[in-house]
Amino acid sequence: MGNPPSAPSPDVVLEVQDLVKYYPVKRGVVFKRTVGQVRAVDGVSLALRRGRTLGLVGESGSGKSTLAKVLVGVEQPTSGRILVDGIDVSAMKRAQRRELRRRIQLVFQDPYTALNPRMPAGEIVGEAYAIHPRLVPKGGRARAVRELFDLVGLNPDHVNRYPHQFSGGQRQRLGIARALAVKPQILICDEPVSALDVSIQGQVINLLERLQDELGLAYLFIAHDLAVVRHIADEVAVMYLGSVVERGTETEVYEQTRHPYTRALMSAVPLPDPSMRHRREEIVLSGDVPSPAAPPSGCRFHTRCWLAPLVAGAASDSADVTIDEPAAVPAVCRTDRPELLPQGPPDHLAACHFAEKLTENTTRAEAAR
Amino acid sequence: MSDPSVSALVAEETATVDRVQGGGSLWSNAWRTLRRRPEVIVAALVALFFVVVAAFPRLFTSQDPQRCDISNSGIRPQWFSGPHPFGTDIAGCDLLASVVYGARPSLLLAFIVVGLSVLIGVTLGTLSGYYLGWVDTAISRAVEVFLVIPLLLAALLLLSLFRTVDTGSSVLGSILQPALVLTAFGWMGYTRYVRANVLETKNLDYVVAAKVLGASDLRIMVRHVLPNAIGTVTALIPTAIAGVISTEAVLAFLGIGVRPPAVSWGILISNGSERFTGDSQYLLLFPLGCLVLTVLALVVLGDGLRDALDPKLR
Repeated sequence: MGNPPSAPSPDVVLEVQDLVKYYPVKRGVVFKRTVGQVRAVDGVSLALRRGRTLGLVGESGSGKSTLAKVLVGVEQPTSGRILVDGIDVSAMKRAQRRELRRRIQLVFQDPYTALNPRMPAGEIVGEAYAIHPRLVPKGGRARAVRELFDLVGLNPDHVNRYPHQFSGGQRQRLGIARALAVKPQILICDEPVSALDVSIQGQVINLLERLQDELGLAYLFIAHDLAVVRHIADEVAVMYLGSVVERGTETEVYEQTRHPYTRALMSAVPLPDPSMRHRREEIVLSGDVPSPAAPPSGCRFHTRCWLAPLVAGAASDSADVTIDEPAAVPAVCRTDRPELLPQGPPDHLAACHFAEKLTENTTRAEAAR
Repeated sequence: MSDPSVSALVAEETATVDRVQGGGSLWSNAWRTLRRRPEVIVAALVALFFVVVAAFPRLFTSQDPQRCDISNSGIRPQWFSGPHPFGTDIAGCDLLASVVYGARPSLLLAFIVVGLSVLIGVTLGTLSGYYLGWVDTAISRAVEVFLVIPLLLAALLLLSLFRTVDTGSSVLGSILQPALVLTAFGWMGYTRYVRANVLETKNLDYVVAAKVLGASDLRIMVRHVLPNAIGTVTALIPTAIAGVISTEAVLAFLGIGVRPPAVSWGILISNGSERFTGDSQYLLLFPLGCLVLTVLALVVLGDGLRDALDPKLR
């Protein structure tokens, strides 16, 4: 929330500042009145560097997909700023905004609903040229489409086939080709591999990495598979209930975790080596994600936090321990919303009142082994 | 695998697959599929036959349906052995001539009413489902208002009000008023179907993708939403055509349908059904048979067309 607006850097291609998206909850048949708000995205600040990948992880309902929809302009933000190449999108006129939006494209999760079943593959990819006629002169469009097919590893002779004649992985390649047709700078990948077989996942990930090298694309890579994110991402942001709880480089977030939620997520990643499994403590969070229509007060995570009771127990003042909340939570977690603050390196941010306790806790647990 | 003949075979096979599965536009592919279905060809021939009957009635009868000789009243079908192949009715009018000359107003009325209704229904349904908000409120309320007015009551009122208005004695003039009234009360069903389908289709990922690419609302509606939302409507059209022809018969019975001297299948059916219990069943069976054949042909055609236009069913 209170993240100070960083100085515009030529390196940053997409910047999001305090982005908020609330959906009104309406009641009534004829006279609809707003009775509440679903805080899908609640103050998110991110920066995406040119040619780099930012991984965005979080549980279902944490607002990842809503954030993606706002970024590509399908949904309008309630407040906050989106800067593309340092230019504020919301301050622009319609035509300019359309041109700017072209630079941000979306790759979908489900390759089966992402393609119009009644259009041949070539037309799906080539539609971009009908929408933006200036991108490619009229005579060169068929060739441009064939080149795109080639670029994503599809047979250019299949331009006349229909989506149902392709496999899941090929369909995902088609979706990527469609996004690339408008020559974007930023690709928002909304769980692009989670609907695919593991072997196909690898192929699509490799394709995305190759395209990044060849075209200098920046990716916002949304996923809940932490292993995939670790593989592809340079930086990682962790979302919980509409806000970012931890942000940093891949190594920082994965190896020097500073937020209890991130730690819990990490502990759920399956380990390939069975002999390692007993050596790791698994943190199982109790309960479900609270409703974004009525988020908890203070720290959003305090209702499920595993660290808070430990901290409260260690603290000498037991006045915080109330009867109706047996697993005691420090008062500050219930009243104050923690800010995203630097933890060690200036670009490693975490939103936890007791982030430093987490490192202590780790060392203690590791010493015990 | 390096055997050249094998690779040549494989190449040939993939080439055939490509020819079957792709190549050409949606419509040329559909045409290729339709040609291979015998029942569609038969249905197309039947439909074509009735269109020719409607367009060139003189080819099929030399009689004038208006010239009735009361002395020839009630002749049973003579087939090829006399001047009245289908027989004559109670007033002595030649039934074959009536059926042949009745085809034009009946079919024209049915196609105009269904065509206009579908056009209005699809347009309003798409707008309503796509934009929602006040557009949807206005259109949905209009649909409800038109649905609660009984068709016959409104038709009776409107058609008797404008009975004195002369619309000319051409075929178009004689069916103009019933066509307008039936259209005014025929579009609501299509609107509802299309609206529901658009609501379902418009949130699919490929529509979002088109939006992200920067496509205009019109392009999204025409290219992405409508082709995937219109399926159920095409299935309704053939039966709707039959419905219009029979409703026209009811209007004719009330004396407010197709204006005399024009005859229509509806009028013939309604006249024939009065005499069905005697030994004059043919008076009902000939016009009814024509109607059933036409509708059946349209049903098969519509079905074949829908399958042919859906790439998944090819």
